[in-house]
Amino acid sequence: MKSKNLYKYILGIADNSLILGQRMGELCGHGPSLETDIACTNISLDLFGQVRSYYQYAAKIAGDNRTEDDIAMLRKEREYVNVLLVEQPNTNFAYTMARQFLFDAYHLLFLQELEKSNDLTLSAIATKSIKEASYHQRFSSDWIKRLGDGTEESHQKMQEAINGLWTYTDELFHQTEADKAMVEQGVGVDVTKLKEVYYKQVGQILEGATLEIPESKWFQKGGKQGIHTEHLGYLLSDLQYMQRTYPNMSW
Amino acid sequence: MIEHADIDSELIPILDQVSDPEIPVLTILDMGVVRQAKLDGDLVQVVITPTYSGCPAMDVIADDITAAFNKAGYKTNIELVLTPAWTTDWISQEGRNALEKYGIAPPLDADADKDALLGNKKIVKCTNCGSQNTKLVSQFGSTACKALFKCEDCQEPFDYFKCLK
Repeated sequence: MKSKNLYKYILGIADNSLILGQRMGELCGHGPSLETDIACTNISLDLFGQVRSYYQYAAKIAGDNRTEDDIAMLRKEREYVNVLLVEQPNTNFAYTMARQFLFDAYHLLFLQELEKSNDLTLSAIATKSIKEASYHQRFSSDWIKRLGDGTEESHQKMQEAINGLWTYTDELFHQTEADKAMVEQGVGVDVTKLKEVYYKQVGQILEGATLEIPESKWFQKGGKQGIHTEHLGYLLSDLQYMQRTYPNMSW
Repeated sequence: MIEHADIDSELIPILDQVSDPEIPVLTILDMGVVRQAKLDGDLVQVVITPTYSGCPAMDVIADDITAAFNKAGYKTNIELVLTPAWTTDWISQEGRNALEKYGIAPPLDADADKDALLGNKKIVKCTNCGSQNTKLVSQFGSTACKALFKCEDCQEPFDYFKCLK
């Protein structure tokens, strides 16, 4: 393999989009209304498109017979390095939108920095993805406002969703060994530097939506090391079913 | 006709036969997804770029290009590139006209688009009756590149091609 750290670094970015894309895809045919159903699956499609570019690049760096599909579909749970936030299940629509919003705010900041990477492939994927991610952010922020500043019930559900998911936000800004190595080479993004502006931007939207910013300072972590919540296994069994049952299947 | 791409003029009539599988009134040249097409002996080197990362039409478009050139007696080598990233500015005027006639409102410029999608201004023209008294129904439509609008005069729903810059 040409660069183990680069390979790991790419998976660190791509796995977030894959797992969140799968979660949003689960709403296909199950969204609360036709329009939101289509919106969620459109977001899923964008994320999967980005993921393909990342995994194709990772497969090239791996330099063996691995394909983008092998990397996406045939790893074990502990080998996925997505943050815990994105694997949290769709409980109600407020929760789904809160998860999307908390990720979108990070995703956009991250991509804007990745665009400056001296790795031309990563920079190109970032440039393409920024346009899509900013659209996602507009959509999810809008729902934070509508539900937060909506009826008594929608406000309560959105506040509960934000409170419940807040504990997963800090992990977005943790650095892995691969991250540090890639930052040093001018390839990767120093996520620790995004933290302040992230909480500021998120705080502004929450306040505008009459929601309270959670005060808890206790945060969950582990996803970036492959230690996941109980929800990921179920998601993967769904995601990987066809590939595991009919190896090498094609349409 | 094609200002932002580098395409050998003799190849244009062949590429012009290939249309976007999801918006059949648009050729891929009108759409601006062909960035380069160069003849090298009997081999055509084609460079295409996706509209959206996850656009499922790209694979079909690549197959259709190969088929069209095969029919004309050429071999093809197709490469997919991400930079420079596709923008709706590359949709030709012919393409914009065709979109409107087909019932999809063509993309506005970036500022107007933002106003339209945030509901600040009523500027997207109904493709059925031409009224600007229209309303955003959903930021996401039937494909990744469209949003859903409704005309408040004639009550018809219609797609709006989102501006991507």
